[in-house]
Amino acid sequence: MQPEIILKMEGICKSFPGVKALHNVDFVLRRGEIHALMGENGAGKSTLIKILTGVYQKDAGQVYLEGRLVHFKSPQDAQNMGIGTVFQEIALCPNLTVAENMFIGRSRGAFVNWKQMNESAAKMLNSLGIPASPTQELASCSIAVQQMIAIARAVDMDCKILILDEPTSSLDEDETKKLFALMHELKARGVGIIFITHFIDQVYEISDRITVLRNGELIGEYLTAELPQIELVSKMMGKALSDVSAIKKHEPPKSDDSVPVFEARGLSSATGVRPFDFSVHKGEVNGFAGLLGSGRSESVRAIFAADKVTGGEVKINGKVVKIRTPLDAMKQGIGYLPEDRKSDGIIDELSVRDNIILALQVMKGFFRPLSRKQAEEFANQYIQLLEIKTPSLDTSVKSLSGGNQQKAILARWLLTHPMYLILDEPTRGIDVGTKVEIQKLVLKLAAEGMSLTFISSEIDEMLRVCSRLIVMRDREIVGELSGVDLTEQNVMQMIAQGGGE
Amino acid sequence: MRLLNRGKPRTRLSNSTLLFIIAGIIFLLMYGIAIVSFPVSFRQFQTFFDFFNLNAALFITTLGMCIVIIGGGIDISVGAVCGLVTMACALLLQSGAGNVWGALFLALGIGLAFGLMHGFLIAYLEIQPFIITLAGMFLAQGLLTTLHKEPLNVTNPDFVALRRFTIEIPWLGTVNRLGVFIPCEIKPGVIVVVALVVLYAVLMKWSSFGRNLYAVGGNRHSARMLGINVKKTIFLSYVLCGLTAGISGFVFLMTTGAGNIGNGALYEIKAIAANVMGGIMLSGGVGNLLGAPIGTLTLLTINELIRAAGVQSNLQAIVAGLLLYLFIVLQSIIMALRDRREFRLALPPWLKPHRS
Repeated sequence: MQPEIILKMEGICKSFPGVKALHNVDFVLRRGEIHALMGENGAGKSTLIKILTGVYQKDAGQVYLEGRLVHFKSPQDAQNMGIGTVFQEIALCPNLTVAENMFIGRSRGAFVNWKQMNESAAKMLNSLGIPASPTQELASCSIAVQQMIAIARAVDMDCKILILDEPTSSLDEDETKKLFALMHELKARGVGIIFITHFIDQVYEISDRITVLRNGELIGEYLTAELPQIELVSKMMGKALSDVSAIKKHEPPKSDDSVPVFEARGLSSATGVRPFDFSVHKGEVNGFAGLLGSGRSESVRAIFAADKVTGGEVKINGKVVKIRTPLDAMKQGIGYLPEDRKSDGIIDELSVRDNIILALQVMKGFFRPLSRKQAEEFANQYIQLLEIKTPSLDTSVKSLSGGNQQKAILARWLLTHPMYLILDEPTRGIDVGTKVEIQKLVLKLAAEGMSLTFISSEIDEMLRVCSRLIVMRDREIVGELSGVDLTEQNVMQMIAQGGGE
Repeated sequence: MRLLNRGKPRTRLSNSTLLFIIAGIIFLLMYGIAIVSFPVSFRQFQTFFDFFNLNAALFITTLGMCIVIIGGGIDISVGAVCGLVTMACALLLQSGAGNVWGALFLALGIGLAFGLMHGFLIAYLEIQPFIITLAGMFLAQGLLTTLHKEPLNVTNPDFVALRRFTIEIPWLGTVNRLGVFIPCEIKPGVIVVVALVVLYAVLMKWSSFGRNLYAVGGNRHSARMLGINVKKTIFLSYVLCGLTAGISGFVFLMTTGAGNIGNGALYEIKAIAANVMGGIMLSGGVGNLLGAPIGTLTLLTINELIRAAGVQSNLQAIVAGLLLYLFIVLQSIIMALRDRREFRLALPPWLKPHRS
């Protein structure tokens, strides 16, 4: 028997100034099914969800809810019609109480009945096993609890459709299990659940059906049981899998006797890294490995003088230089792509062009502006080179997807032609395809003679790209691995043992 | 501490409540210092009541300001609107064209007009509240000087009667040197203050509008996602603030009895300062409405202390400015300390990171 269809979206189109975010996308959700919506960053998943929840207005297409044509003008509209959403970034108010966060914006009454609200909230929290008190301020709950409260709110709205946008990204295994149990329970009650996640394992664990989007277009709808994982990945990426493994490590030229491009002795910074020695040769890709918080980022920030440098000597091509500010470092030919793209990297409101030329402009000094023509030439050159997907040079960078923002910052540094480029987590939060592109680019740059330092939380990525790894632990360098010793096993061992014999 | 609380679900104080308690303690401390330093005047209850008698309009302005600040906004036109209302009402009463009721409606009308305009521009056209209300301030000031430049005494008999009206508290007062008991007096403006404090406090705590406003001030984006009509909420907050500024103008006139171009000058600054001292955070969403009158009292006590100490008036401004810096920094420090501490303590056991 065919389960009843509760939601049908047909021919949905949505454009933002210059970008086609969705083109003619169909989506069908049945009663009591868990439907995974898959696609890389920028594929249009979020846009589709935002249209369904009334945050954005669609340009074309129809939405049928239980066979009736509907049109959501606001999130409130969608809520009232039984669509509950839990967003990736928790959309609750930290300054209100837990109970308020569960009930605010839902009643039409002019007054708030605190007693009744707290009681219902307590019941709800109890039944879902959420460790929070209704009268507690939300800000005092942990992120995971906040996430559960957001789900409790959505569930309590008697929703017919529940949308979970990356609900598990801040949950650990136990919490994820709890959430899945809850999802099964709701499914049994006949709720249609749209589930978005980056974890492919979770999709196969819980979903019944998968819809794949790519570049704002519908690739297809599949039964989860009939779609092998490999095929799902290649459908999401739009390329055959052989591309991914095609990366070949580039071996640096033998450089034992040559003068390092950059050399530091006893470098330390105000963030508390132990004084360390470090050098990088021409055409080398090395990396700092270690657990989060081991001092990886602090070390490279010290090299770039992004944090206050408190001691040590730095040589560039064998000559002692003083690097006190990032600008000093830039003038010495060092580039640094920071870990936190949003706060240290892109300038949201500026256009793609202005973001790309920013570093070059700073180095030239503000009294010698680049001409518009020059700026456009440079920007175009790198947009092509890095395949940055942007509708125009004037698009503000915040409207690009994460991967493309990252490429824009990368372009910014490449434009200054650094001889030594530091990339701190350049692939974090971006999709697989772009990741591979960035890895390839790093190797290509090295082959052309640039020296690079590459940091990533994913160890296999670092092993693929770097020819030498500096291993850190507790803000101290505990060892170095290169050549045949450079294996995942050895890195792990070194981190675990702290390099001691 | 932790041992005592173990087993019981611990609900910590909300930021609003914490800041309110601190504001209350600071006020009591200031008043204590005042009593110790100048016992003759500060030990009399009348001195306390005079804070309200003489500054009723400031209290009211602060309440309106408090509401927009909680919503994450600001309204710097309130002082000028208050001044404009005093002059407009004085002119109306003196021209004989209107009675006291007419003046009251005029006051409410002017306040409402500014509130509607600001609310519309800020909420629906999404323009910076600072810029819009700055324009409103210039507009109100311009209108005020255009109406009348000289001080204008109100001699309308009904109004004078209203203004002279005082309420005696027979069981509270002081005995003067001749042994005569002088009861404490309060003015009608004080009743308006008390009524509005109660009304607004109820509004902020128990009405949907009030709670929505906290949500909007806390996180506008989230509030929208939670299904709150953000624009309408912000709009209403400015309407209410404008209306309140209108009321404050009328009460100002009841206090001084004259329209004057200097009326209500710097009230916007004082109202912001009083709110900060009352524990209302300028970042929005945090603060107890009752903090507004408490903060106003702190501000007035400090001013009175400085005045009683015989410090020059320019030094008064300097001291007041420095204190304001201190309060704002203090707020930030409390918030920062709190978040860091809670980060460690509030983690439920099943969320603690696994250590291998």
